Amino acid sequence: MNAVAGTPPFAANAFVEAIEFLITPRESVTGGVQVGGVDEMLTLTANHMLLSAAAIAIACLVALPLGLWLGHVGKGEFLAISASNVGRAVPTLALIAFFIAFLGLGFLNVLAALTLLAIPPILTNTYVGVRGVDRDAVDAARGMGMTEPQIVRRVELPLSLRSVFGGVQLSAISVVATAILGPLASVETLGTPIVSVNVYGQAGLLGASILVAALAILINALLGVAQRALTPRGLKAGRSEAPGILRRIPFLQRQGSAQPT
Amino acid sequence: MADQHRQAAVVEFDHVTKRYDAPTGRDKGKPTPGAVNDLSMKVPAGKICILVGPSGCGKTTTMKMINRIIEPTSGTIRLQGEDVTGSPPDELRRRIGYVIQQVGLFPHLTIADNVATVPRLLRWDGSRTRARVDEMLDLVGMDPSIYRGRYPKELSGGQRQRVGVARALAADPPVMLMDEPFGAVDPIAREKLQNEFLRLQEDIGKTIVFVTHDIDEAIKMGDRIAVLRTGGKLAQYASPAELLMYPADEFVEDFVGADRALKRLALQRVRDIDLWTAATVRSGEPVAEARRKIAEADIDIPLVVDDHGRPQGWLSERGLAGERVRPELRSRAEPLVELDDVLRDALADLIESEVHYSPVVDPDGCLAGVLSLEVISQSLHVPPERARTSTELVEPAGDDAVSAEIEPA
Repeated sequence: MNAVAGTPPFAANAFVEAIEFLITPRESVTGGVQVGGVDEMLTLTANHMLLSAAAIAIACLVALPLGLWLGHVGKGEFLAISASNVGRAVPTLALIAFFIAFLGLGFLNVLAALTLLAIPPILTNTYVGVRGVDRDAVDAARGMGMTEPQIVRRVELPLSLRSVFGGVQLSAISVVATAILGPLASVETLGTPIVSVNVYGQAGLLGASILVAALAILINALLGVAQRALTPRGLKAGRSEAPGILRRIPFLQRQGSAQPT
Repeated sequence: MADQHRQAAVVEFDHVTKRYDAPTGRDKGKPTPGAVNDLSMKVPAGKICILVGPSGCGKTTTMKMINRIIEPTSGTIRLQGEDVTGSPPDELRRRIGYVIQQVGLFPHLTIADNVATVPRLLRWDGSRTRARVDEMLDLVGMDPSIYRGRYPKELSGGQRQRVGVARALAADPPVMLMDEPFGAVDPIAREKLQNEFLRLQEDIGKTIVFVTHDIDEAIKMGDRIAVLRTGGKLAQYASPAELLMYPADEFVEDFVGADRALKRLALQRVRDIDLWTAATVRSGEPVAEARRKIAEADIDIPLVVDDHGRPQGWLSERGLAGERVRPELRSRAEPLVELDDVLRDALADLIESEVHYSPVVDPDGCLAGVLSLEVISQSLHVPPERARTSTELVEPAGDDAVSAEIEPA
């Protein structure tokens, strides 16, 4: 504290400049145009969020029913589990480049790439969540005369909600973080100051980065609150859930049973 | 208990077979676990039928074919004369109560919502459902005002099992299927749940198909016991007493256990057998009179009773020395056996007190006779010509659909 009394050190200085960039417009590095400031940042943030929200919404529409159905019939474990690995292995940047051939530049291209990024975690977590639902509850539901869709809706979905939400959270963070690639396909997002650092300058790069990080944290927190609000009371409270959570992850189970006897 | 209709249905199996793919590789040639082979039997309305047998004998398959969780390969199952394949499985299942070993309560729903499952599937209106839920919780001995809003995880194992039974009964199904319902609770709670369930069944009088691997539970709970052998063949279908007295073959004999004679003691009550008589004397009565009564009785030693006929003790020889009976006891009247005791408990009392006989009293405490080891052993005697004939008891499901009792041939 006492060392920084006169001039702030470089890091703190850059941070202060970055915040200033977010609030007040300034002339660009290249000159001639005003960049930064609350207005431009709000527009970019809105674009960023719209793109991310669309990608997550489409991913949910695809992955939730598919995951619920695969989990319910207990098939396609390979598909559901390996989806997340493949999803992580294929870089979104490559997808954007790939889609230029089919969708050209623009919103659709980035939306498709981000949707493909968002699907795997939701699919995997939904599948694993449904498979982890107490088989006795499902057997009892069927034995009492619930139809298969009723079993999914009234038993399997509420009981796997926690896992499903985990997947959505994971997807949301990745998508919000990856949407900075938007400008590469000429979609203006918070990635614009980062990609066009030669126009926006170091302060713009850092300012936009801070904003993206803050957004990701905020969305994660909001989804966490939503998850807790939606979790039925009967599933809460019991805090020591470690064995239950372990039981839900299939590959851990397999490792356990593969021990030499 | 507004709408306890005591409705129950006959369940009939008519040449029911379930085949699975034969085991291959190492297990080739062994019987397929869970298979059922040409099963015909009839469960009378309002009775508890226990399916029992070693693991893999097809008892659970048999039960699950009733509500079409498993579909038979061939043959027909009828519920009150109606083929179960006649209606969609989910509609059929709403008419059949279902209780499984792990209960399978829905952890995200309250106890009330759990019990309301089938009424809601049947679209009962809200107030009727609520009233029914409370009635059901009362029926299984759980105060609705306390438990209605609780969640399954807040209950003990025994309480969950009770809720499971309440849930199965909620829509008043004529048939209940129970798959080892008391298998997952500790022995003390199990004993309690079994007794409670038997009392409940006296009220509700459902047709119950009950799967267990525990022959003692089968004997205790069953009106009828179907013993299945590996490969899914019905080895014997009989009442518990018949099963113990006349096992159809060596398999059943082995399965019910070497102590089957002792198990039968648990099925009979003291009032069911011919007791000995004893001379009862009162203090101050003429000795000559007492000696005349002693000559007529089954045992030589007279029993002193009070004015109400309640046994006081066994009279010693010195008590008969004078003109009048003097109350000189050789021993007190212990242990006292009650008419409603099962023979097993009565025998245990005799052995524990190291006596050969003891007085039996009725509910008022008055002497009803004398129970002796000899009387008990006579009650266990099986007329030899009746042994090993009870395969005939397996009557195929046929025309006279409601014959309630299956009499030994």
